[in-house]
Amino acid sequence: MSSPTPSAYPDTPQPDREPRRTGEWPLWEVFIRGQHGLSHRHVGSLHAPDAEMAIKNARDVYTRRNEGVSIWVIEAERVTASSPGDKEALYDPSNSKVYRHPTFFDIPDEIGHM
Amino acid sequence: MYAQMIKSEATQDDPGLLAAFQARIDDNQKIEPKEWMPEGYRKTLIRQIGQHAHSEIVGQLPEGNWITRAPTLERKAILLAKVQDEAGHGLYLYCAAETLGVTRDELFEMLHSGRMKYSSIFNYPTLTWADMGAVGWLVDGAAIMNQVPLQRTSYGPYARAMVRICKEESFHQRQGYDIMMKMCKGTDAQKMMAQDALNRLWYPSLMMFGPSDKESVHSEQSMSWKIKMNTNDELRQKFVDQTVPQAEYLGLTVPDENLTWNDEKGGYDFSEPDWDEFYQVLKGNGPCNTERLNTRKQAWDDGAWVREGMLAHAAKKRMTKVAAQ
Repeated sequence: MSSPTPSAYPDTPQPDREPRRTGEWPLWEVFIRGQHGLSHRHVGSLHAPDAEMAIKNARDVYTRRNEGVSIWVIEAERVTASSPGDKEALYDPSNSKVYRHPTFFDIPDEIGHM
Repeated sequence: MYAQMIKSEATQDDPGLLAAFQARIDDNQKIEPKEWMPEGYRKTLIRQIGQHAHSEIVGQLPEGNWITRAPTLERKAILLAKVQDEAGHGLYLYCAAETLGVTRDELFEMLHSGRMKYSSIFNYPTLTWADMGAVGWLVDGAAIMNQVPLQRTSYGPYARAMVRICKEESFHQRQGYDIMMKMCKGTDAQKMMAQDALNRLWYPSLMMFGPSDKESVHSEQSMSWKIKMNTNDELRQKFVDQTVPQAEYLGLTVPDENLTWNDEKGGYDFSEPDWDEFYQVLKGNGPCNTERLNTRKQAWDDGAWVREGMLAHAAKKRMTKVAAQ
């Protein structure tokens, strides 16, 4: 029996997935909003059979001491990550653009705070 | 400690890559999952983090033993919370190990088949309620000694798991010491029970740090990779120096005739634990090895139908959702 793959974008091609080991629950990445007004932050991962259980497990594993007010979970294999080998290509170009920082510009003291 | 006698893997990688890798570690950079790492680094870490995780999971058993027999409802709730934390610590660590390319089921299989170990300390029995005090005070105290420096370890996911664990661990030690204080202020029989727990758990706690540096053959590589931050003897000395005054406060006697303050080194001189006993326990001949492993395996086997059922339920829900679209 092959189960259909759910997708938020039904007409786009699915990424190649490795067949899951039988019986092992998939891995989920967990993000927690620590306080109102802060963004969600990655705190770790866990295994769960589905999204609903992933949220319940995340509650038990990552918020036993009021660490959060909101939880996001996403199946780990759905995360696309940049490759460590692309570090130079991705981040080096911004090294030479020091003028993007406010400290690049000298403003006379008599102007005051700017 | 929770990871004892971790064998370092020899590495046969390109010398140029190895040198660049070592330079990053010496520069205190963190190594992250997808980055290049020597095969020996990866394998040693899987073994170390795996053993650490297994220790947290098996470590639930000696304390779980007393949940239904805790003397008050409050003590029961505290112990339950503590044991739940241990499960959580195991889960953080398994996830860190999994980023190195081993699956959770493979790790469990290696624990259950005996190919991977857990800390020797959990092969000792918890005979009285005072043992819950002594375990929190001594065993968690020894664990903290090792885990605090590991927050600076070179492997990112391991270091981050350690930060979470250390935040929770001091509750564990304090609740243990609190039990000891209560018992030491109690009846003579209760105080004797506390002394008996210290007598039985003192040397097994000293063993948690692993064999003496003279015997410890795997330290050097692990220390240069910053996956081991202190030598076994350094940590053991620190533990003794910290713990002896705490025992004195309780009015308890550390079971060591040779324990004396050494002004010159600014620490205590103390007797080594019986290392033959240590190696016997590691080999599987401790008082509770068979019981612990069987309990663990049975829990895993008894839960199989739940794991399968929940996967089937998740698949069915997915199908229904797709069919409805």
